[in-house]
Amino acid sequence: MGRRSAIAYLFLAPFLILFSVFVLGPAIYGLWISLHVWNPLLDNHPFVGLQNYIDLFTPGSLTSGDFWKSMGATGIFTVASVPLLLLIPLGIAMLLNNRVRGGSVFRGIFFAPYVLGVAVISVLWRYLLDPQLGVVNALIGQDIPWTVQVPWAWISLVGITVWWTLGLNTIILLAGLKGISAELYEAAAIDGAGPWRKFTSVTLPGLRPVMTFVVTVTILASANMFGQAYLITKGGPGTDTRTAIMYIADQGLTQNQMGAATAMSYLLFAVLAAVSVLNFRLQRDNTL
Amino acid sequence: MSALAPTKRRGLAQRTHPLVYVGLYLVSLVIVLPLLWMFLTSFKTDFDAISSPANPIPNPFTVDAYVTLAGGSQPILQWFLNSVIAATAQTLIILVTASAAAYALARLEFVGKRIVFGIIIATLLVPGVIFLIPNYLIVQNLGWLDSLWAIIIPGSAGAFGVFFLRQFFISLPAEIEEAARVDGAGDFRIFWQIVLPLSRPALATLAVLSFLTNWNDFIWPIYVLLSPENLTLQPGLAVLQGTYSTHFGIVMAGAVIASVPVLILFTLAQKQIVESVANSGIKG
Repeated sequence: MGRRSAIAYLFLAPFLILFSVFVLGPAIYGLWISLHVWNPLLDNHPFVGLQNYIDLFTPGSLTSGDFWKSMGATGIFTVASVPLLLLIPLGIAMLLNNRVRGGSVFRGIFFAPYVLGVAVISVLWRYLLDPQLGVVNALIGQDIPWTVQVPWAWISLVGITVWWTLGLNTIILLAGLKGISAELYEAAAIDGAGPWRKFTSVTLPGLRPVMTFVVTVTILASANMFGQAYLITKGGPGTDTRTAIMYIADQGLTQNQMGAATAMSYLLFAVLAAVSVLNFRLQRDNTL
Repeated sequence: MSALAPTKRRGLAQRTHPLVYVGLYLVSLVIVLPLLWMFLTSFKTDFDAISSPANPIPNPFTVDAYVTLAGGSQPILQWFLNSVIAATAQTLIILVTASAAAYALARLEFVGKRIVFGIIIATLLVPGVIFLIPNYLIVQNLGWLDSLWAIIIPGSAGAFGVFFLRQFFISLPAEIEEAARVDGAGDFRIFWQIVLPLSRPALATLAVLSFLTNWNDFIWPIYVLLSPENLTLQPGLAVLQGTYSTHFGIVMAGAVIASVPVLILFTLAQKQIVESVANSGIKG
């Protein structure tokens, strides 16, 4: 290794040491764990090959039913929240894309909930939506079981998440809207395009690269949902709102089934990677 | 150019429709009201919070909830201190390690550069749950379970800071560095005396983002911190919700305590945070 390389690695060393121990190492270590029956309380971790993965695909095995139910819960949440987290922020971004007095103040307000931790917004909404003593039911004079019955629990979790994170997508989409040249709108206007036609022929195509990014990031974020369900519905009623991340964390760190849990996490990763690739393909081929 | 700078709109100079403002004020209301309720409820008595949830104005106005929290069974002041220490320490570690690594990746030539960069970037796409269980075992082996080290160190190893600063360093004009090199300055001097001072805005943004991320992290601390006195604020809030369940004033006071530092930070650094988020979609 030349002197130049040696100097460069000197710069890299502190980060690379941390990165190897806490990012790269664990990613590989996790795969290794997933090939074992791994109870951290026992010294012996028998090697079982792909059995933990096979179990997940074997109906009636110890883990498959609960795991796929939790994947289903994650799926419900993702399918319900992602469209709202695209449409509502797009609408708000289009409002902000006008000449607005105090635009940066509005942006700041819309983004503010996102800087609060999931624990803060969860205990807040747990109170607001309390079925007996909460604010929302008191305001509307109803007894809606917001946190304790489906589909209300899903409506609550999705609504809270939209409220919490809409500012993030709004800001990114607004930047995308600002990047669309005004000349395109003028040309469309000269061609006699009305507002809807401008939206479908100029705005949406112009947003496509940013939209691909936002869709991907939002799907991944929704699929990783944990804190809201952990604190607000506790996975209930029953295990209806127990998401994949909740089940994996519980199996691995509470039930000490680390081999099975790491196998689940890699399977979830594979599903998410497939969804991301599919999404990129669809958006690239989509000629709207 | 800044991603959110107003664009010139020739020929589109109509006045903004009043409905635009109606929409923006409505959304603002939906965003702000729950937060306002949180602040106001924290100044209510238990009885007031339960008996008149629809009226947000405390009657009487009291700081009892905060007094109860400060002197209560849960060491919330210690949690606050732990959160400040952990978030600050992790931010400093990220600034030092990520800036040095990003400089090497942006400006230096070395054997294996493409592989090293490729691996670092690839991990940005890996969901956090992959690291949860193996890192738990690693932290356990290091003897860091139930200590702030577990909250400070593993999270400082993420690739985001390196990626973020590398993008910024690449955008800096190389001429200044080349001139310094001609004058005989070495890599360390160029990094320390030229690149870092020029990068203050990016470093400040990364610092704020890192602090927020660590402050708000939830899933990791609830599993690696165990003793009541060792918690940070986010897992602490989960404990408060369990301890004080329907004493909503007290739970809201805890939420306020966990919110105020980040809301102040956000108010001060709003421009940087919003800019960096806006750019993520365009450059990402």
